[in-house]
Amino acid sequence: MGLIARAIESAGVPTLSLTSALSITRSVNPPRAAFLDYPLGHTAGPAFDRALQRQILLDALAGFETIRAPGGVIELGYAWSQDDAWKDSVMRPRASSGKADQQETFEDDRTPRLNAPQYQTEEDQRLAEAALARDGCPTCIFLD
Amino acid sequence: MAQTRPPIDYIQRTRDQYSGLGYPVYRWVESDSPPEFVLLKKPLSECRVGLIASGGIYVKGQVAFHFADDVSYRVVSTETETEDLRIAHFAYDVTDARRDPNVVFPIDTLRGLVREGAIGELSENAYTFMGGIYSARKVREKLAPEFARRAVEDQLDLVLLVPV
Repeated sequence: MGLIARAIESAGVPTLSLTSALSITRSVNPPRAAFLDYPLGHTAGPAFDRALQRQILLDALAGFETIRAPGGVIELGYAWSQDDAWKDSVMRPRASSGKADQQETFEDDRTPRLNAPQYQTEEDQRLAEAALARDGCPTCIFLD
Repeated sequence: MAQTRPPIDYIQRTRDQYSGLGYPVYRWVESDSPPEFVLLKKPLSECRVGLIASGGIYVKGQVAFHFADDVSYRVVSTETETEDLRIAHFAYDVTDARRDPNVVFPIDTLRGLVREGAIGELSENAYTFMGGIYSARKVREKLAPEFARRAVEDQLDLVLLVPV
């Protein structure tokens, strides 16, 4: 997303990237960013906590007025949990069968890279295929 | 005792995991020049705001994303009912995003900020795609110019980007 931020800003429109992956953001170096130290999949806050979601966005958007130099990153001061223990297991090796003598190994927990659309529900698939047959889904933009 | 740990270094952990699985090293993008930097031209309370998110969000009735370097995107009306939003993504736990899409696509949050006057208005359309595209070249040559063009055409005063 950092590459996209840089391209939009180069076209003259200010951007701010929310991020929960500080090292990746620093490497790509977008114009402005706000770092939320949460597990991936919660870049804009915790589920259903409307008050905190609002505060996180307000704090992040303030970066448009407070960041004065390219590449500036605001660190939002919210913690996911009290002890940060969730960080220990992310992309870390696990003992594969729970036996004490087993070496810890990395699990390949990635989803297979399938070429077919991965619908959340079967109804979604029926509706999308009908839309494609009807008018090609004009709001689906394929760049390949 | 509460213990705090530093932010996860995802670049290092990817390197460790790939090497542990016997895969070649993945090269993350490293920019060697500073980004362009444009200041807001008006207060936030008067800004027309754009939203681009890479959490694999689509609307019921649209084609979902596939998991092999999908460089397509979806045009999502900012008046879409939240219950019609869907998620397809291979690289993160989508459980919370499917329960409450606002965690990766803060549409209700932004609509609330418009109502309370913190931001001026939302652009008619948001844009969504699925990150986890291995080819930086495809992002640079296909998606990035497209979103830059949209931001100008939509006359946005700022764009909020929400990656996963």
